[in-house]
Amino acid sequence: MPSLADISAGQSATIVEILGEDSIAIRLMEMGLTEGETILFVGSAPLGDPIEVSIRGYRLSLRRAEAQRVQIQLSPAPSVSDSN
Amino acid sequence: MDSRPPSPAPVGKSAGITIALVGNPNTGKSTLFSALCGVPARIGNYPGVTVEKKIGRYRDESGAVTVVDLPGTYSLAARTLDEKVSVDVLLGRQADVPSLEVIVVVVDVTNLERNLYLFTQLRQLGKPTLLVLNMWDRATATGIKVDLQALSERLGTRVVTASASRKQGIGGVKQAIRELSALAAAEKQSIFSAEVQAETAAIQQWTEQQAGVVLAPFLAERLLFDRDGAHAQELQRKPGLTDLSNQLQASRQRLADAGQKIPALETATRYSWIRSQLDGVVHRPAETHGSTSDSIDRVMTHRVWGLIIFAAIMFVVFQAITWGTGWAMDRINDDVMPAIAGVVESVLPPGTLRSLLNDGIVAGVGSVLVFLPQILMLFFFIGLLEDCGYMARAAFVMDKLMTKLGLSGKSFLPLMSSFACAVPGIMATRVIENRRDRMVTILVAPLMSCSARLPVYILLIYAFVPQITWLGGWIGLQGLVLFLMHIVGLVVAVPVAWLLKRFFFPGDVPPFVMELPSYKMPSPGVVFFRVWERAEAFITRAGTLIFCTSILVWAAGYFPGDHTRQHEIDQRLEAMSEPASEAEVAEYASLLEEQRSLSGRLIEGSALGIAGKAIEPVVRPLGWDWKIGVGVIASFPAREVIIATLGTIYSLGGDSEEASLQSAIRESKWPDGRPVFTISVALSIMVFFALCAQCAATLMVIKRETNSWRWPAFTFAYMTLLAYVGALLTYQVGSRLIG
Repeated sequence: MPSLADISAGQSATIVEILGEDSIAIRLMEMGLTEGETILFVGSAPLGDPIEVSIRGYRLSLRRAEAQRVQIQLSPAPSVSDSN
Repeated sequence: MDSRPPSPAPVGKSAGITIALVGNPNTGKSTLFSALCGVPARIGNYPGVTVEKKIGRYRDESGAVTVVDLPGTYSLAARTLDEKVSVDVLLGRQADVPSLEVIVVVVDVTNLERNLYLFTQLRQLGKPTLLVLNMWDRATATGIKVDLQALSERLGTRVVTASASRKQGIGGVKQAIRELSALAAAEKQSIFSAEVQAETAAIQQWTEQQAGVVLAPFLAERLLFDRDGAHAQELQRKPGLTDLSNQLQASRQRLADAGQKIPALETATRYSWIRSQLDGVVHRPAETHGSTSDSIDRVMTHRVWGLIIFAAIMFVVFQAITWGTGWAMDRINDDVMPAIAGVVESVLPPGTLRSLLNDGIVAGVGSVLVFLPQILMLFFFIGLLEDCGYMARAAFVMDKLMTKLGLSGKSFLPLMSSFACAVPGIMATRVIENRRDRMVTILVAPLMSCSARLPVYILLIYAFVPQITWLGGWIGLQGLVLFLMHIVGLVVAVPVAWLLKRFFFPGDVPPFVMELPSYKMPSPGVVFFRVWERAEAFITRAGTLIFCTSILVWAAGYFPGDHTRQHEIDQRLEAMSEPASEAEVAEYASLLEEQRSLSGRLIEGSALGIAGKAIEPVVRPLGWDWKIGVGVIASFPAREVIIATLGTIYSLGGDSEEASLQSAIRESKWPDGRPVFTISVALSIMVFFALCAQCAATLMVIKRETNSWRWPAFTFAYMTLLAYVGALLTYQVGSRLIG
C-alpha cells in the first residue's frame, strides 16, 4: 500500500491506517490523522525533508520517516479546491 | 459574544478562586494570560520536573482570581512525568497548586476541529469548563461563521469569543469565569462505546476493591488508553495495585477482540464526535487556510528562495545580537559600572568593604547585566518570528540538516544564538517541546563559541600567532586560527550530542510532527511580553546566583592577605589625582609601580593563588604555569575574567591595556629562563577556553531551565574534561610539531 511519503506536492489521498502503536503513531493520530480523513500533500522543505501536509483545515509538517507510517489510498482526482 | 448551555444550580463559591488556562500551542493562550493578568506573573518550575509554572492574578468585582497557565499541549495523554504535571494540576492533585474552580480551554477558532480534541479530554474532568474561541477577529476576516448558541448546547459548555492579541473580549472571559465558578459542573455523558465504558467502570471498581482508590472517570480513561502511561506507573507503586498493568492489558485485549483497537480507538472516537458536533454549527468558506498564508509559504519554503531567506533572516538576527548590542554592553561596562564604582569610591575610603562592593558586587552584578542587551535583542527577534509564524518554518527548513547532528530543526535557533551567548540560547530552547531534544540542545549549547571567548582569542592570537597572509592578504593565519577556534566547539558538539542521546537520554528518535501556523502580523504586545518575561526571569533567578558566585571568587582572591599597604597606596594615589610638580609625577609613578607589584603578590598569597600553585602539577602537561592556572580558576564566573586576572598577576593592575599585557606575557619566563608562552601554550589555552564551561551565568541558566543542579554540574564536569583533554592534545602535539 502507498504511504504519505510516496505522493508528490498537490496530490491528495485518503488515510487508511497509521502503522504502529508507539508514541509517534499516537502523536500522528492526536494531530488528526485518522482513518478515512483526506490529506493533501502541500510541499516539502528546501532540502526535501520534512514535508508539509494539509489536514482538517490546518497545515502540519512531519518527516518522511513518519509519513511512511501513514498508509494511504490516492484520491481518484487531484484536489483543486485546496491548492489555490 | 457569550453563549451558555442550560445551567445547573449555583453551589455558592467563595470570592477567591483559582482557574487554569489550557490549550494547544499557537492558540494565543499566553497572550490571553497576559491580557487577563497583566505583566507581572510568578514564574517557577513545578517540583521535580522541567515544566514551567506560570501563575498570575487579577481582581474582578467579586474578588481575586488566580490564573494557572499550563503548558501548551495537543493532548492530555501523559507518557512522561513532565506531561503528567498538567493533568495533576487539572485534577487538583498537584500539592503546590490549589484545586481549580474553572478550566478555561483556549482554542484557535480558525482551526476548531483539531483544537477541540483537547477539549474532549478535558470535559471528562468534572469541572465547569469555559471554551474561549480565540482569534475571533481572524475568523471574521476569513469568513468563518460559528453558531455560538448551538455550539454551546452541543458541547455542553459555556462558550465566549475573544481576540486576545487585540485585547478584545477579555471582559467577557472574566465575567464568564466568575459566573461559572459559582456553578457545579454538569455530569458529562461519555462519548465512548458501551464496551469502553464497561472497561473503565471495571478499572474503577478494581482499584477501589484492591486499594480503596476511587478513580476519577478521566483518570480511568487515561489508564485504559495510555499504554505505559505515567499515571499507571504511579498507581502501580501502591500496595494492592501492583497487578494494574496486567488488568489494563486484559481490558485492552478484550476491546481489541471486540474490534476496538487501542490507541486508534481513542482518536477516532474523539474526532468523529467533534465532527458530528460541529456539523451545521461551523461554516467555513471553501478556501480555509487563507491563500495569503499559502502564497507567503510558497516563497518561504521554496527550494532556493526558502534557504536564501532563511540565511538572510538568521544573518540579521545574529548581527543584531552580536553587534547591535555591543554599544549597550560597552555602555554598561565603560559608563554605568565605572560610574557606580566612582560613587562607591567617593563615599567609602579604600578598604575591604569598598573592595567587596566594587570588585565583588558591582563587578558581579555587571557580569549579569552585561548579558541583558543580548537577551532583550534575541527575545525580541524570537517573539517577532514566533508571533508572525516564521519560527515554525525555520525549524521546518533546517530540520534535515539538524537531524545529521542528531537534533531537530527546533534546535537550530537556540544553538545559533549560543554563538553570541549561551545564556539566551539556552533560554530559547523552550520552543523544543521534546524533552530529549531540549536537554541535549541545552547541554551542547555552551560548546558554541560565544562572544565572551573572543577577548581571550584576540589577546592570545595577536600576541603569538604570526601575521602570515596568503592570496594577496585575503586569507591570514590569525583570522584562520580565530575561525578554527569558533569551529572547534561545533565539531565537538556532534559526537557529544550523539553520546548524550545514546547514554543519557536513550529512546526512540523523537517525532517531528509540528503545526505550521498561518502567517500573521506580529502583535507588539505579544512581542513585548515575551521579551519582558525572559528578561525578568533571567535577572531575578540567574542574577542572584551569579551575584553570590562573584562574591565567593572575590573573597578567594582577596583573603588571606594584608591589604593595609595597598589601601594606603590607593588613598595616596587618589589624593593626588592631578600631579602638579615633577616630583609628584615621579612619586605617582613609583606608587603605581609598587601598587602593581603589591597586588600581584597579594593575589599570589590569596586562597586563589594558593589553589593555583596547588593545581600547577595538573596544568603542567598543558604547558601552563601556576599563573595561568590561577587565571583559569578565577575566570570561573566568566571567561573574559582571565584577562583581568592575568593582568593583576603580571603586576599590571586590573585595568591592563591589552598591548602591555601582551608584552608582559610574551616576556614571562619559567625559573630556568625558557619563555612560558609559546604558540603551543597559547593554542592550548585557546582550545581550553573554546571547550570549557567557565561561565557561571550559563551554568545558572542551565539550573533554571532543567530545574536541577545535576545538569549544570554535569555540564561543568564534561566540558572541563573535554577542555582539559583538548588543551592537553593541543600542547603535546603542538609543542612537538611547532615548539
